[in-house]
Amino acid sequence: MINQVYRLVAPGMIDVACTQPDIKDCVLLRPLYMSVCKADQRYYLGNRSKEALKAKLPMALIHECVAKVISDPTGNFKPGEIVVPVPNTPTEDDDVIAENYRLSSHFCSSGYDGFLRDYIDISPDRLVRVPDGIDLKVASFSELISVAVHAVSRFEKFAHSRRDTIGIWGDGNVGFITALMLRALYPDAKLYIFGTVYDKLAYFGFADDTFHVDHIPEDLRVDHAFECVGGEASRSAISQIIDHINPEGSVGLMGVSENYIGINTRMVLERGLNLFGSSRSGVKDFERTMEILSSNPTIPAYLENIIGEVTTVRTIDDIHKAFKDDISRHFGKTVIKWEK
Amino acid sequence: MVFAAIFAGGKGSRMGNSDTPKQYLELGSKPIIIHTVEKFFVNDRIDEIIVLCPKPWVAHTKDLIKRNLPDGKKITVIEGGETRNGTLENAIEFIEKNYEVDDDTVIVTHDAVRPFLTHRIIEENVDMAIKYGATDTVIPATDTIVESEDGDFISSIPNRSKMYQGQTPQSFKLKELRTVIDSLTDEEKSILTDACKIYTIKNKPVYMVKGEVFNIKITYPYDMKVANTLLKGKDSDD
Repeated sequence: MINQVYRLVAPGMIDVACTQPDIKDCVLLRPLYMSVCKADQRYYLGNRSKEALKAKLPMALIHECVAKVISDPTGNFKPGEIVVPVPNTPTEDDDVIAENYRLSSHFCSSGYDGFLRDYIDISPDRLVRVPDGIDLKVASFSELISVAVHAVSRFEKFAHSRRDTIGIWGDGNVGFITALMLRALYPDAKLYIFGTVYDKLAYFGFADDTFHVDHIPEDLRVDHAFECVGGEASRSAISQIIDHINPEGSVGLMGVSENYIGINTRMVLERGLNLFGSSRSGVKDFERTMEILSSNPTIPAYLENIIGEVTTVRTIDDIHKAFKDDISRHFGKTVIKWEK
Repeated sequence: MVFAAIFAGGKGSRMGNSDTPKQYLELGSKPIIIHTVEKFFVNDRIDEIIVLCPKPWVAHTKDLIKRNLPDGKKITVIEGGETRNGTLENAIEFIEKNYEVDDDTVIVTHDAVRPFLTHRIIEENVDMAIKYGATDTVIPATDTIVESEDGDFISSIPNRSKMYQGQTPQSFKLKELRTVIDSLTDEEKSILTDACKIYTIKNKPVYMVKGEVFNIKITYPYDMKVANTLLKGKDSDD
């Protein structure tokens, strides 16, 4: 079949290309809703190195999507089922290294076409069913939720067992969703949120307390922490975490920075801290995400609150509109209703 | 029900020296007609597909479909008519004979040699045919259209901003389409080769669905080159 794929050919420029998936071989999906990620936005705006842009474009953006099954020659899925496609594609098995850290894995919208297509052709092992009753606009950013779930799973793997107080630095989408997942999985832990914008901190009503980063009580301590800040500001966030974390605490690093970030290693050593990185997610994380969403009815409701603009896309101009609207958004997700 | 009728009646006389009707020429990995049928096959708004082709090509078309498409949606290959209207009437008669037609029965007609149509174009054709009774797929004209009565001198130049180029699909509520066609004389039928034009003359609304520049009709060898170029390009899935 001739399939239309909408690729970023240069920053701010999207053009249509055609691919030829074989409908007798792959599961075919029709995208319903998608969500814009900051990583997509960096490509769209050209805020990546010239080398990265040259190596990865042209490429269809978007790796957050919920879709309907059109056909599945393998028989695993029925037409009409609602699924989320996992953007990570491993190319080899490994019993030790997770699929999202294998150097050989492919990732949609990072060197490989993302989901801005008429139809998504994909392997059935890259699909996870969406439970009934989940708002499709929320399901559209399941990938981002699964990234938070993955970070929490790694925290569970690395952190010591005293988990009474957990700090989350960052009042954006990643901080919000990571905090929400911790709330669902650790209802008795005290959750403290640290941010820079009071209006955004106000969204974290489910947390035990919120703090502006300029007014953190000196004696405040957390057992473990997550850095969800990214960019240059992650340096000061990590520095604050080190100042306020108890000895032998674990710190999950989730914020992406284009430049190197300085870390006070003297204090990391002195307090025996455990810094771990967390990036992307795999099928297991998507499956755990769906379990959390279906077994905690209040969580999807909180997530509905961070849906910002919903843009219906029927033309390439509409895609530009969605990305331009997203640029000015300080909090919440830009969702695309895909009717192209 | 929504039926797709794929018009594959072309004899290939305009495709250079090839004797093969153009809809059977290979584009990329498959014949053009298969690419086109696949677009309707995967669209879940379409219930059944009817392919209308020249009588000598019916068996070959059936073979191609069997070889290239999985099970899942009924595809029937029947003989087209001598003219475009004749092919359209054959499609209508087939549906009337084999199915119960009601007010919501829709037929989406499409050229087999336009394999680049998109999901949206099909969806909007179905939606707008249900809403307004008839649709045509068009794109705004980019060239100035010049009208000439005698073929030598310009008789008028219409305002380009009001000009559009017709593509397909064209879609209709089937019962109404039957009534409109039945109201034509044989002479009118021979002149009015475009179903949407018939609607317009009969003062019936035809909604314009926005087409795509790349929804090209593969008519000349040059079009085949353009189509092959559209299919080439970095394939990021590989």
